[in-house]
Amino acid sequence: MEMQTAGTNKRADIAARAIEIIDQNKSAEGPLLPILHGLQEEFGYVPPETLPLVANALNLSRAEVHGVFTFYHDYRSHPAGRHVLRICRAEACQSMGGDALAERAVELLGIDWSETSADGAVTLEPVYCLGLCACAPAAMLDGEMIGRLDDEQLQEIATEVRL
Amino acid sequence: MTTTVYIPRDSGALALGADRIAKAIEKEIAARGLDARIVRNGSRGLYWLEPMVEVETLNGRMAYGPVKPADVASLLDAGLLEGGTHRLSLGPTEEIPFFARQTRLTFARCGIIDPVSLDDYRAHGGLKGLENALKLQPAQIVAQVTESGLRGRGGAGFPTGIKWKTVLDTDNPRKYIVCNADEGDSGTFADRMIMEGDPFVLIEGMIIAGIATGATKGYIYLRSEYPHAIATMNEAIAVARKAGVIGESVLDSAYAFDLEVRVGAGAYVCGEETALLESLEGRRGIVRAKPPLPAHKGLFGKPTVINNVISLASVPIIMDQGAAFYRDFGMGRSRGTIPIQIAGNVRHGGLFETAFGLTLGELVDEIGGGTATGRPVKAVQVGGPLGAYFPRELFDTPFDYEAFAAKDGLIGHAGIVVFDDSVDMLKQARFAMEFCAVESCGKCTPCRIGSTRGVELADRIAANIEPEKQIAVLTDLCNTMKFGSLCALGGFTPYPVMSALTHFPEDFRPVPVREAAE
Repeated sequence: MEMQTAGTNKRADIAARAIEIIDQNKSAEGPLLPILHGLQEEFGYVPPETLPLVANALNLSRAEVHGVFTFYHDYRSHPAGRHVLRICRAEACQSMGGDALAERAVELLGIDWSETSADGAVTLEPVYCLGLCACAPAAMLDGEMIGRLDDEQLQEIATEVRL
Repeated sequence: MTTTVYIPRDSGALALGADRIAKAIEKEIAARGLDARIVRNGSRGLYWLEPMVEVETLNGRMAYGPVKPADVASLLDAGLLEGGTHRLSLGPTEEIPFFARQTRLTFARCGIIDPVSLDDYRAHGGLKGLENALKLQPAQIVAQVTESGLRGRGGAGFPTGIKWKTVLDTDNPRKYIVCNADEGDSGTFADRMIMEGDPFVLIEGMIIAGIATGATKGYIYLRSEYPHAIATMNEAIAVARKAGVIGESVLDSAYAFDLEVRVGAGAYVCGEETALLESLEGRRGIVRAKPPLPAHKGLFGKPTVINNVISLASVPIIMDQGAAFYRDFGMGRSRGTIPIQIAGNVRHGGLFETAFGLTLGELVDEIGGGTATGRPVKAVQVGGPLGAYFPRELFDTPFDYEAFAAKDGLIGHAGIVVFDDSVDMLKQARFAMEFCAVESCGKCTPCRIGSTRGVELADRIAANIEPEKQIAVLTDLCNTMKFGSLCALGGFTPYPVMSALTHFPEDFRPVPVREAAE
């Protein structure tokens, strides 16, 4: 019973905070993407239960909001791991052995692309270009840029994210 | 006298540890009680030397790099602040050959100034173009831009002045300037560099575009993969607003102009201008059919100038120095300079701004210095994921819109990705199709379905299942995609595929003996 109350409270908190974010952005021109970004920044993902609130506030159908939400690679419907490792898979990084390094990351972390490890430590995501093409291969760990990524560094990262 | 030490805040430099260097130098300065300050500048674009530290001396700026945290103490021991000699000394920055050979017009201040200091910007010639523009009638500004020969640097190469004139000629109280900063092409980073290294030049270019066409609102659609560019642009916009450069009255004139950054959400197709507009409006990034042109019915149905970052950032120098000055650089119908991004498997990777006309060979072999791995260059992809792969036999092609088109390629956003002889061109062709399949907006059939069929064909070729038959179908499929797709994503994916097939046919015909041996 207590757990149920806690769950209800948490849902109410999410809804209240979501409405604040929606209200902050509602008057902008084309507010949908800024709202979705705001929600993801706040919660680490876009809680599915907030989408009807967005639809309601912007006078859109739930299908329209769902359509936009699912179109863009950035938006998550589940929380990510404590760390997010994004590895560039595009051509400039391929030319510097990026493919082998990417496979190595899958092996070291024991998860596939766009997956989160069972212990919730890390999410591995592909990214198509970080603009670090003159210091490839490139990656981004929790928003921090990494250039000239090598096997040694990747091993360090794999260890670090489990700590 | 306080000595100034420059340590870049550019993403590329940060990716190589610039923040750690800055902290270490700051600590040493404090510990030794030295009279010096650190300025976090943009990058000069010599990425193999990053993090590159510069120090202002009586003989100009001296460079050191690539600096590692462990080098910092010895650098100061060697008299870094006086430009002393050290193992990492590169001499005067502007005499480094890669830099000295360039013609920096658009990137004139990038890496030199504090990116968010408006005083620095003014001291280095900033806002002169805008001040000149304010003395002219809108039509005169448009005429200057047209006369300069500036063409869209995003890839399409459409004359910027003509685009502006179309918007100027529309009669609508609400018009927009949209800056396409969705630089998603692998091998390109010029937009990122200028936004991180000299954001005011983009702001100035957008204001001039607004005055020239009667628009009072601008948006910069900036990809989410560029968090540092987003932060720097936002910082610069706030400074510009506070200083009255943008707002109700631009530099105390009768013109109003304001702008804001909008962040993308990881969809490559949003670099296509109409998909970008849809995204800005808060919809799925689905390509629009043209006509109507964005110049007539663009953002929210209003007349809209949509230009690439570099196109807009090149306008201030044109308005400052005049159309003829800019036009006198270049060749044929490709006028002015272009920031070429040399990337991938290359020894000297970085940004090289130069007049049009250098050959691909000069860029790759002389300026780029060949591959980083030291192996022979097999192919270079020019123009991003939708650009053609060029073999060494075509290295005499001059960097010029028309010359590249004549060789079935494109300049695109002027990124060059170098590959050594370990690259498998069938794999690259397959990747081009796969990328198109993932990123297709789904509106038109050739792109949506064709790309998936293309991946399957590449897989069958790799498995040696009737390769000649598959190649014939692949060729036909590319033809359909090229002429039947709605936008450049489906329409240009055939460039990397067909160029790989044409120039590297051996990679598409697996040796049966090799298969049998396995």
